[in-house]
This record gives sequence, structure tokens and C-alpha cells, in this order.
Amino acid sequence: MRTPTPPSRTAPSGTGSSAGGPRVLGRGLVAAVLLAATAACGASGSPPARGPQPEQLPHYDVAEDFSLPSSPTWKSAHRRGELTVGVKEDQPGMGEKNPATGEYTGFDVEIAKMMAASLGFDPDKQIEYKAIASANRETALQNGQIDYYVGTYTINEGRKKLVGFAGPYYIAGQRLLVRRDEKQLKGPQDMAGRKICSAVGSTPLQRIQADHPRAVAVAYDSYAICVDNLLNHQVDAVTTDDTILLGYAAKDPERLKVVGKAFSEEPYGIGVPRQDRALARALDKALVARERSGDWKRAYDATLGLSGRPAPEPPRVDPALTR
Amino acid sequence: MSLGPSPKRAPRAAQEASSALYDIPGPKARARHLGYGIAASLALAALVAWVIHLLVDTGQFSYVKWRPFGYVGIQELLLRGLGNTLKAFALAAVLALALGAVLAAGRLSEHRPVRWVSTVLVEFFRAMPVLVMIFFVFVALEVQPLPALVTGLTLYNGSVLAEVFRSGVLSVDRGQREAAYALGMRKTQVMTYVLVPQAVRAMLPTIISQLVVALKDTSLGFLITYEEFLHAGRLIAINMDYTMPFIPVVIVVSAIYIGLCMLLSWFANWVARRERGNIKNEAVSVGPPEAAPTMPGAHP
Amino acid sequence: MDVLTENFSLYGEGFWGTVKLTVYSSLLALAVGVLMAGFRVAPVRALRVVGTTWVTVLRNTPLTLLFFAMLLGLPRFGVALPFELFAVLALGCYTSSFICEAVRSGINTVPVGQGEAARSLGMTFGQTLGAVVLPQAFRSVIAPIGSTLIALAKNSAIAGSFSVVELLSTYKTLSENGYSVVWSFVWIAVGYLILTLAISALFHAMERRWGVAR
Repeated sequence: MRTPTPPSRTAPSGTGSSAGGPRVLGRGLVAAVLLAATAACGASGSPPARGPQPEQLPHYDVAEDFSLPSSPTWKSAHRRGELTVGVKEDQPGMGEKNPATGEYTGFDVEIAKMMAASLGFDPDKQIEYKAIASANRETALQNGQIDYYVGTYTINEGRKKLVGFAGPYYIAGQRLLVRRDEKQLKGPQDMAGRKICSAVGSTPLQRIQADHPRAVAVAYDSYAICVDNLLNHQVDAVTTDDTILLGYAAKDPERLKVVGKAFSEEPYGIGVPRQDRALARALDKALVARERSGDWKRAYDATLGLSGRPAPEPPRVDPALTR
Repeated sequence: MSLGPSPKRAPRAAQEASSALYDIPGPKARARHLGYGIAASLALAALVAWVIHLLVDTGQFSYVKWRPFGYVGIQELLLRGLGNTLKAFALAAVLALALGAVLAAGRLSEHRPVRWVSTVLVEFFRAMPVLVMIFFVFVALEVQPLPALVTGLTLYNGSVLAEVFRSGVLSVDRGQREAAYALGMRKTQVMTYVLVPQAVRAMLPTIISQLVVALKDTSLGFLITYEEFLHAGRLIAINMDYTMPFIPVVIVVSAIYIGLCMLLSWFANWVARRERGNIKNEAVSVGPPEAAPTMPGAHP
Repeated sequence: MDVLTENFSLYGEGFWGTVKLTVYSSLLALAVGVLMAGFRVAPVRALRVVGTTWVTVLRNTPLTLLFFAMLLGLPRFGVALPFELFAVLALGCYTSSFICEAVRSGINTVPVGQGEAARSLGMTFGQTLGAVVLPQAFRSVIAPIGSTLIALAKNSAIAGSFSVVELLSTYKTLSENGYSVVWSFVWIAVGYLILTLAISALFHAMERRWGVAR
């Protein structure tokens, strides 16, 4: 039943997203027709990933005989025998789902795994990931769809009223993603008259519109569309948290780079159900331990570190959040 | 409703025209129409060519952009998404039919309070946007995406179907009911043995087209993170490893989604044609399937 | 009750957003819908094909898919429109197919003799359609168009999920500010009821003024 797919070698990875033209068109049409003909068969595995890959992902020691009876979330997860963790599925480097294999990768996912290990769950067998979009994070935590959430979740006052936070485990900042050959655009001071893209309704977009009125703000449905337009010279820069930008840069380091100083501070926290202070405190403790043991840095190096940016100092956990 | 030119009078015009707008064209008019036709076809061809040029120019048919669809994992992802869409549709369809039957029975009841409550429910759920109900169940009642989606679709489509059932029962020829009562049947018997079977037959096309609406509305699950077909498509489209194949994904997903809905619509039309020629439908008139509020929420 | 009084401007903004979406999309839908209906009854085959394809495809397209395709597809060609415009385009095109069908079946209700009389006076196709048939068809399509536009107003709620300011999306701000979700939704529901009842009343008035008894 399996038809061999053309080997990936012929397609240079990392260069030709915009390589159109009649020659390629012919092959594309043939591929499309073949697809239709071979309805349910095809190559196994997934299309080759782009950019540098980690040699191996870190392994986290599972805490033995861990118990947290004061946390209702932990208790019910323990009863089920697995944790349900909310993550992002569309942010390379932070939380990305491989569409073909269903595996999740990224720095946030690594944090989620090490937290699970510290809570006494096997990160490889006892985590069920649930992809939750930004707009539904609070709802998912409130209605018990997930036990905790790790996904570029900035701690702020508004959200503190709705959910609880552990952490922060990383301090991100808004920066700019530009094409590698970009010479003029080095930071927010050079944005006048340039097209700056971000996700519609996002805080980074609002900040550009409010603080840099001379920049031409362009809004799309997701950052992926922004990056696509950046590569095709439709916009001059993409702006949002540097974590997300580094993830894209790591996928195509020959054509993309992250520039400038951060012009905002985004402390990322682990979202937990609001009333479950015990869980938040346990996660805080686990974060401190993982930072001390070097697991945090190993996780960074295997994910965001691939962009070439060395690991920063992990931020200090804020005990005021769980009080 | 008029039927346009009668077939006896103008057999050709009946094919060509659907109304009183023009006569059978003479030689001059035919030539003129040919001219218009060529001009329109040319304009259309130019538009299509321009779109294709735009697609080719931006590399949308390049091999790398279509490659992901060749992998089993991706096909499974899409099939799983489609499966989830169909699951939501099946659940919503069955529950909506049941709810519709209950509400219709309530509206036809002889007890005033029952009638009153059913009427209020039907009118309220028909007047609300489906999405408001889905979000209400999802956010305020804090349930998982699938039950929230199914509940919203059931409430809305159930109320619309209730009206369809009711008008179907009311449209059965009066003589049928009178004859049944004359035979000494009780109200329940008249309903279940005489009126409902005929009403359902006649209303079948309308019922199926309402189910098309339900099928279309399952895509609202996309907005509450239900992992249905569009969600699977989006995941492939925004993946940078696959060079972000937005257009190929849109092409594939739309073709399948629209194809499914058209299949169901076509089925409704087929049933309508078949039932119209059926001798069992003498006491009721079978409407065309689009006579139903095919549009979500349309009610006169 | 507090939810409404304390957030009156927020609700107002959302309601106004829904009204604007509805009005602009209605205008687009009516324009395109009538044009397509004209195509569908035209004596030229190519035009009929265009009209039929437009209606068949759009009527079988989920509105969410249309939003999805527009927001994902158009940016690829460098089209950067405000999201409100995307929403109006999607809603307008979608609804136009239903308007088209309403108008077409309205045209079919005009007695054949009307067209024959018009032609015997020497009127062209355009004149017959514009001066004789459409004005009469208009009277019988008021009600179906009214219900289509009510449906449009309800469908505009989808735009809220694509970052357009409208009534349904106000619940998010309210829940962030700690208001009761149930009550926020009650007032959202009331808002939609007001809008749909207003459209309904408008079309009832038109029907009484110009409609034909059927």
C-alpha cells in the first residue's frame, strides 16, 4: 500500500519557500494528482524538519513517592494516573505540535515535562497534552480541561484575577524578527515608515500602535502568516515576544534573525486553577530545584538555544504570586 | 408559486429559461447571445487565468508545499479531524431530530402550558445566534468543547426542526385527520399512524437540508478549540517545516468540506424529486428542499 | 443588572460593531445577490453558469471555512485588509447566495403574462427585468430577504472570534473584569434579540406597505 515518496534530499531545506516557476509547477501538479490517486497511502514519518535539531532531549528524574493531598488538581490527576497539560501547538521553539507524529516539542513543553516529573508523573508516559489557544486559556483552566498551562503565558494583573500562577520561569521581551540581509532595521528606533507585523488583537501589536505611531502596523491572524509575509518581502519585520521570534529564527537561520533590545518585559508563568495555591507552590518549589540542577538550562539549550542565543539566567521565582 | 412557461407551450424555452423574462430567441437574438456568451466566457477565463497565474507566481504548486499531504501522519491527522467533524455532526443530528420531535409535539399539544413553554423555547433558540449558545455552554457552564458544540447545535437545529415537523403535520390534508378520527382513533393514534408518517415523508427534503446547516455549523467548533477538520488544516498550514502551505491547505480543506455539504444537499434534492412523484404523498405537497430555512437562523 | 449599567459603553461598542457589520454586509449581500440572480435568469449560458456556481458553492460552504480561507489565503498575496473588512467580505459573499435564491424565486412568482406584455411593447431583457419583473418580484421577496438578513445579523457573531469588535466578544472583557459570565451572556442575548426584532419589524412594515398577499 505504501508508495515511496520522493526523497527529501532533492528539496533544499531552509531555502526555497518562494521557489515557484513552471519547472516546480509541473512536479507540484504531478504530486497533487498522485495524492488524489493514492488516497490513503503515503510515506510514513513526517516531512523533514528545518533548521538545527537537538542531539537529544534532556531526561528528567521522576520524583518518587511524591504526594500533594492539599491540591485537588494533583489529587484528581493522581487518581486518573496522568496529568493533562495545556500547551501551545503553533509556536516553534516554545510549544509546537508535529502534525504528522502528534509529538510536542519546545521550551514550554520541556518545562511542562520537568514539572510533571517533579509532581511524580512520568513525563514520557503520563502526560496528556492539550493544545489551547491564547483566547481560551482562562476558560480551559477554569473548567478543568487542563491541570496546568505552560505556553508563553505572561503574568499580569488581569489574568491574576482569573487564574493562579507559578513562576515566572522565563522573562521574555518584545523584539523584532527581520530578514538576515536587513541592514537598517536594528530596533524599535528604526521602525518609522516600515511595515511591522503582529498577530491581530495581541499586546505587542497594541504596543506598536500606541508607542510607535510612525511604524506601519500590519495585523494578521497568526504569527506564521507574518513570518511568511516577512520572507516574501511583504512586511519588514515581525514583532512579539522574543521567545516566539527565536523559535522561527531557529527554523530558518539562513534567512531570519532577531534584532534589537527587548522593549517590554514579559514574565512567563505556569497557569494553574485559581483556587489551587498548593499546586502553584509545589510548582514553584520544583522550578527552583530544576534551575539549580541544571535541567532548566539543558531544556533551553535543546530548544530555544538552537537559535544560537545562549541561555540567560533563569528568573527568580516570585513567591508573592502564590500567597 | 408559478412554474414558469408551461412545457406544452414552449418546450425549448422551458429548458432555456425559467421565467417570463424572454421568448425563444430568434436568429438575431441567438447571435447576440452568442456574442455575450463569448464575452462572458472570455472574462471568466481571464479571471481564472489571473488567479492561477497568481498562485503559480507565488509558488503555491511547488512540490514542497504539497509534500506534507503525501505522509500517512498528515493524512491521518486530516482524517481524524474529519472524523471529529462527522462525530459532532452525527450526535447533533440525532439529538436535534429528537429534540425537534419533542418540541413539535409540545407545540401541537392540547394543554396550554405545554404549548406555551414549547413555543417560547422554540422562538428563543431560533432567535439566538448558534455561536452565542455554543459559547454560553462552553464558557458559562464550563463544559468540554465537543458537548458544548453538540448542545448548541442541538438546541438551535432542534428548534428549527420542530417548526418543520409542526408545519409538516399541519399541512397534511384535513380529510386524513377527519377520517382517522371518524374511525375512532385517539389523538396519539391519529398522530403516530396517520399524520406523522405522511408529514415526515413530505418534509424529508427540508429535514435533510436542515441537516446540511448542522453539518456546516460543526465548523464553529473550530472557534472553541474542538479539534475538528479546520483545526487539523490550520495546524498543517502554519507549520514552518512545511514552508507554511496556506493555499494548498485551503484548497484541500475547502474541496472536502464543500464536497460533503454538496453531497448532502444533492441527496435532499434527490429525495425531493423522488417523493414528489410518490403516490403516498397525495395528501401533502412536497416542497423543494430550499423551501426550508436553509440559511442558519432564517425564519419568516 | 450591574453588569449592564457598569459596562454600558462596552456593550454599546459591541452592539454598534454588530450593527455596522450587519448593515455593511447586508448592502454587499444585496448588491451581489441581485446581480447573481440577474445572472441566473439571463439568456446567456455563461452568465447562468457563473450565477449557479456562485450560489451552489457558497451555499454549501461553512461560514467559518470562508473566514478561515480568507484570513489564511488572502495575506499570502499581500492583501492586508482591516479585519472588519475581511468580515464584511466573508459575511456579504456568504449571504449573497441566499439573497440570490430569494430574488430568483421571487422572479419566478411573477406571472408569465407580465413578461410577455412587456416584450410585446418592445422592451429589451434589461428593461423587462428592471422595469416590470423586478419591481413585482420585490414585493414577494421582502419576507424571505428579511429572514436572510436576520440570519446575517446572527452570523456576524462569528466575526468576534476573528478579532472584530462585536457583541458576542464583549463577554471576554467582562469576564476579565470579574463580572458574572451568565449575566454577561444574558445581556448579549438581549442585544441580539433587539437587533433581530428590529430587522423583523422593519421588514414587517415593508411587507405591509408593499407586500403582496400570498
